[in-house]
Formats: sequence, structure tokens, C-alpha cells
Amino acid sequence: MAVVSNGTTIIDAGALGSGVATGKMILIKTLTASGSGTLSFVDGADSVVLDDTYDSYVFKIINAHPGTDDVNFTFNFSIDGGSNYNVTKTTTVVNAYHKEDNSEAAVAYNTYDDLAQSTAYQSLSSFGQMGIDNDQSLCSIIHLYNPSSTVFVKHFIATSQFYQAEDRSNNVFTSGYGNTTSAVNAVQFKMNSGNIDSGVIKLYGIGG
Amino acid sequence: MGLISAASTIFDAGSMSAGFGGSMTFIKKLTASSSGTLSFVDGASSVVLDNTYKEYLFTFKNIHPATDDTKFQFNLSIDTGSNYNVAKTSTAFVAYNAEADNDRAIEYSPGEDLAQGTGFQSISSGYGGVGADNDQNMGGYLHLFNPSSTTFVKHFIARVNNSNQINFSADNHCAGYGNTTSAIDAVQFKMTSGNIDAGDICLYGIA
Repeated sequence: MAVVSNGTTIIDAGALGSGVATGKMILIKTLTASGSGTLSFVDGADSVVLDDTYDSYVFKIINAHPGTDDVNFTFNFSIDGGSNYNVTKTTTVVNAYHKEDNSEAAVAYNTYDDLAQSTAYQSLSSFGQMGIDNDQSLCSIIHLYNPSSTVFVKHFIATSQFYQAEDRSNNVFTSGYGNTTSAVNAVQFKMNSGNIDSGVIKLYGIGG
Repeated sequence: MGLISAASTIFDAGSMSAGFGGSMTFIKKLTASSSGTLSFVDGASSVVLDNTYKEYLFTFKNIHPATDDTKFQFNLSIDTGSNYNVAKTSTAFVAYNAEADNDRAIEYSPGEDLAQGTGFQSISSGYGGVGADNDQNMGGYLHLFNPSSTTFVKHFIARVNNSNQINFSADNHCAGYGNTTSAIDAVQFKMTSGNIDAGDICLYGIA
């Protein structure tokens, strides 16, 4: 049974009517780490949507905490529904960092964590130095544009902020493209060593 | 009573089910009018700044200072606004370009970062302050992550662009953490000197 108000269909067949104004940032899926080796968002699995439904997608990482000291938080793309996470990427990385004792502060290009046509996982932290102290963590926002395109490469822009093992505040700007014209239909996150001890990753669809 | 359509729960227990509505919820707008401070305090004046959301977003529209060459800044509170003095370690850098096309660069802003400082954090920090000409102002955003955590420090990421007092466009990046495991329950904004003459600050919760 539909719900109709003043001639406008509000709800029908399990969905809001097309004429109903809603926000354009839709929460699709939340994954919570608990000693997790990987966290994966695969289109079509576990209610995940990562296709041409939305113009772009946003991942938000809240308080990712590693199980091992001095590691990087990383991600990769898949074009085969998560069977392989190995999309070639070319990226840039810029770091601004500042130590709690005020002994170091700078902004600089980071040649350690960028990729040049590499299939490796892309780091969102830097220098392999996420801290494992109980209060240390990483937060990040990743925009992934039009992953389902079969024409264009897959651009992404990420801004991350984390508490480095050596007691630095580190603000990381990571951008680049998955150099493929195949549709990206899965994204996986993991530490470059050890587990994700705790943390939340949310996937949103934008527009559409 | 829930509202179910084709086996999908649309509404239940006073809220829309996940996936149907937007995930960015408007909470509060404060409008400056020669204001010394603008404060968002959890539980006061309909402000929510607790564990309802894992992320909060402040947006700044046309922040105009009463005094030329002043900076827009913020601080955090763990006692619902009695004190705004949380220790912070932060970074700040700026990319700028002169209207006269004779000066441009990207550079770290060593005078604007904090190393365990409890003072207010400037977020319009680079290469001078916000200009007070009638058309000069500042716009941008501040993300605050999981402020109610009693485990982790409180990360924030800000980016604003301002037209500064010597007619530069300045793209300011500031990020860091409130180095406390107490819950943050209030945020205050002010200029380094003088009032916020005009402008809006909106607070959103991100589900």
C-alpha cells in the first residue's frame, strides 16, 4: 500500500517516492573493526552499494587503532568483486606534522608513501608510524569519484589526521587515481602489518 | 508503531530507517552580530555534541571580523563551556596568492600551530589575518571526530579560505588533536582580537 499525500506518493513498494526531498549524503554501510585483518566493502555483498547508483562515494574512518605499533593504515581497490585488491595507482602525498615537544614542524611532499603505477596498497597515514598507545588513532575522509565508470580512471582525494607513534600530530593529504577503465566494485582497508584493533569505517553515497 | 512498505521498515520509533534519509543532520546555526564569542554547548539551546554522532561538521559562511588583520580561532571544552582550554597539538600551513599577482607560495605556519598548547587554535592562520573591508570574509569547515570518546584523543581537520588584510587569497589548512580522553562537550569560536562582526556558523551531525 502506498502512502500518498496531496497527490504525491511519499512511500511505495518499500522505498521513498522520487518526489520526496531527502539528503544527498546517504549512509550505506558501517563496518566496525575488532582485531580485524581487513575490512572490505564489496558491491552487492552485505547491503553494500558501490556501483553507478551514486556519483561519488565517501569513506569516513573514525578512530582506527592498530594492533601493532609503527604501522600504516592502507587501502586498495578491486575490479573483480573483491577477489583481488591490486588496481594500479599513481598518487601524491603531502604531510604536515608537528611534534608535541615543538621540536619538529613542517609541511612537505612525502616520497615514502606515494605510488607510481603500483598495485600496492595506498597508505593514508605516513612513514609507517601510527601509534599504538591507547589514545592514539587515525581519522580520515576519502572521496572516491565515479568508481563504476568504464571510460575514466578512478580519482580519489583523502584527508587524514593521525596521532603518530613519536607523539606528532600528522595531517596527510593523499590523492591519486586508480589507473583502470574497469569499474571499481570493492575497496579494502587494512594495516600494512598486524590487525586493525578497533575503529569504524562508514561508506556514504553522494548524489545520485 | 512502525511504517512498513513491501517488508521494508521506513519509519520506526520516531525516526527514519537507515538508507532512506540523508546522513547529514543540521543541528544548530549561530549568526554573529558583533559577537565576542559564538559557542556550541551540548544540551544548551538545542545543541547536540555528544555520542549521538561519530562526527560533527562546523561550516563557516562569510565570517567578517570587526577588526582588520585578525584571525578566526576555536577551542574545546570538557566541562560544558565553563573553560575552553583543552591541550592541543596541531599543524597549520597555507597556500596564498596576491591579487597583484606578485606573491604566492605554500608554506608551514609555525606561529599558528600548537604543541600541547591550551590556547585557542587559529584556523584562518596563514599570511596575516582576515581583512575587515566590507567585502572581505572567511569561509570553510571544521570536522571534529568522535568528541564523546573517553578512549581516544579528539582529532580535528579544518580548511578555510580567507581574503586577508593585504588582499591575498589564503587557503588555510589546520589539523590536530585535542589531547584529552575526556569527552568534548562544547566548542567556542572567536577572533584573536575584537568581535565577529557578522557571519554564520552551522553545526551538523554526521550519522
